[in-house]
Amino acid sequence: MAIAESGQSSASSPLVTQLHGWVTTVDHKRIGIMYILMSFFFMVVGGIEALLIRMQLWVPDNTLIGPDTFNQLFTMHGTTMIFFVVMPMLTGIANYLVPLMIGCRDVAFPRLNALGFWLSLFGGCILYTCYFTGDALYGLGSAPDVGWFAYAPLTSPAYARGGAVDYWILGTSVSGVGALTFAVNLVATILTMRAPGMKLNQVPLFVWMMLIDAWLILVAFPPLTAAQIMLILDRYAGAHFFDPQSGGSALLWQHLFWFFGHPEVYIMVLPAFGIISEIIPVFSRKVIFGYASMAAATAAIGLISLGVWAHHMFTVGLDDRLDAYFSAASFLIAIPTGIKVFNWTATLYGGRLQMRTPMLFALGFLSMFLIGGLTGIMLATVPVDWQVSDSYFLVAHFHYVLFGGSLFALMGGCYYWFPKATGKMLSEKLGLWHFWLLFIGFNLLFGPMHISGILGMPRRVYTYQAGQGWEFWNQVSTVGAFIMGFGILFFFINIAVSLRSGKKAGDDPWDAWTLEWATSSPPPSYNFEQILAVRSRRPLWDLKHPEDPDWKYE
Amino acid sequence: MSKSTADEALELPPVESSEFPLTTAQVGMAAFLCSEAAFFSTLVVSYLIYLGQDQSGPTPAESLSLTRAVINSAFLLGSSGTIMLAMNSRKANSLGGFSVWMFVTIALGVMFLVGTAYEWEELIYKDGLTISRNLFGTTFFTLIGFHAFHVTIGLVLLTIITCLERAGRFSAKSEAPELVSWYWHFVDAVWIVIFGVVYWMGT
Repeated sequence: MAIAESGQSSASSPLVTQLHGWVTTVDHKRIGIMYILMSFFFMVVGGIEALLIRMQLWVPDNTLIGPDTFNQLFTMHGTTMIFFVVMPMLTGIANYLVPLMIGCRDVAFPRLNALGFWLSLFGGCILYTCYFTGDALYGLGSAPDVGWFAYAPLTSPAYARGGAVDYWILGTSVSGVGALTFAVNLVATILTMRAPGMKLNQVPLFVWMMLIDAWLILVAFPPLTAAQIMLILDRYAGAHFFDPQSGGSALLWQHLFWFFGHPEVYIMVLPAFGIISEIIPVFSRKVIFGYASMAAATAAIGLISLGVWAHHMFTVGLDDRLDAYFSAASFLIAIPTGIKVFNWTATLYGGRLQMRTPMLFALGFLSMFLIGGLTGIMLATVPVDWQVSDSYFLVAHFHYVLFGGSLFALMGGCYYWFPKATGKMLSEKLGLWHFWLLFIGFNLLFGPMHISGILGMPRRVYTYQAGQGWEFWNQVSTVGAFIMGFGILFFFINIAVSLRSGKKAGDDPWDAWTLEWATSSPPPSYNFEQILAVRSRRPLWDLKHPEDPDWKYE
Repeated sequence: MSKSTADEALELPPVESSEFPLTTAQVGMAAFLCSEAAFFSTLVVSYLIYLGQDQSGPTPAESLSLTRAVINSAFLLGSSGTIMLAMNSRKANSLGGFSVWMFVTIALGVMFLVGTAYEWEELIYKDGLTISRNLFGTTFFTLIGFHAFHVTIGLVLLTIITCLERAGRFSAKSEAPELVSWYWHFVDAVWIVIFGVVYWMGT
């Protein structure tokens, strides 16, 4: 309190001026950093929720957390991690990088961009306001307890009394509108503001994937918003969209939700693909293998992902022919994804690999995402899905994809571009600690879930009885969770230490080839003193090697 | 690091043009309209799924009037034509023509809203159809309501654009009026879908 007052008394103090500068900024780089900070904040919150869940499952018949609180914890954990950790982190990284990578001074609509950030942040705040309502903090109040996908009729007025579900609806839809503004901005920026000479087939692959990503956001988020509006009308205007007693259908919610929810998986993982496609070539000292097939595969994923939503619904008893279609379409996604994995591996093959932290994260991503992808194919097989649906096997699968895949790569991206954003290098030593603790903890946490799932442990149970063979696997998982927590602690320590006393980075510490490394670190607010003309996919290589530039071969 | 002045010294080939055929603002508007289309598609699909599911009445055939809808549609679709004339006048540098046609467009939009209000009054008070009465009411009022909401937003935008243009706040190159007209055409296009799905199929 004293600190706050002393801060206010000297209104002209640099800190207040600086804060004012950040709050009112429309600079894409600052907005990007604020998105990432927001993501870090909610990562801690969502992580604590996850640790509480794991503590509860440490021993059978545990009474640490009651069933009601447990329901609220996994709901808030899922919602937080998806909408307020992965989304803002990818939005932040893309916001920071895309204008730099395509050599322009800012995004298309800077003020809209700022609006998008504040909407996302306020969405998160609205969601967490629920903890201060109803029974308030001690009873962990009226947090939503309906799962992150808020299935009807659990969300109907009859089953979800109080405002908890409303906080969920408002929080996620407000941040969803924020995501839409981001997507509009990104599409306009990438299509119309590239540096002179930079053709669409010459932008870095990260930019390609963000373009498809933005397109997916444009198509997938509005249906969620529409469904949420229907839900609000059900709850407060007496409408019957999801009310089976009056002829409505609880299934409609599932269809609409997963029409958003499945593309959302790709919205979260495409930026990861993009980051990996930037890191692997630089640290293998090779051109990316199969640029065109990479971009085409991304577009194919973007299209197919819109037609597979009902593979989340094999167990609701759809028509067999529908199941067959959605199963086949889901298998189809393995093809473009396989092309990508093949291309990354081919880029690694014969390269002079430099095992720096970003590269470690890239390789970690590759292996974790591969496992997640393979269990994904298993789950796309209808009979297997019938067997293990809503068990811990499924929990393991999507954590391998979304944490091992998406978040691993996003963290790798943080290591790769941190020097650009701050002018300081992150410590390699602390980075190694971070990576290995995270990697080992991650596999200890989610690996055994495959087994406990096959042994029949359903997801979302707040406790279980002894003697079902689940204790051991759950304890391994819990140990893994805490190791991972320590790993993330090292991440934050690394950032703090490096900001204070990190090695100076210089403009281009990794000897990379894309345009963002052509400006100073951190870049000036106008990004580039002079906009470079682009003749190939690796403009910086051309600049560094005028005797053997890429444009002679492309 | 920037050495583009060195380009000529190194005898680099000139860069090929990478211009996109649309302007930045146009792409932004188009992207936004894509998301709007996804939003309305969801509402339309939900309407179609429940169409004929609930026989407890009033059903569309019992309560909707095709004549009423055709008259109302004429207002809205006509306004798409008048806003086009307004944009043509603007290109021809005729502030008077622009103002007149924008005024007609706004008037037609308002008449459409009045028509909707009249329809809703009949539906609610004569047929007893409300959002909570049955599934038809639920989906009908949601879909039509959101369309009317978009028309209202459009009317506000049209009014602002007209006032600013008359006050000379836009340069001749400004794209804002053109982009708002895109939005207005989009709202009309959605109405054509709604007319087909709700009124034509329903009655």
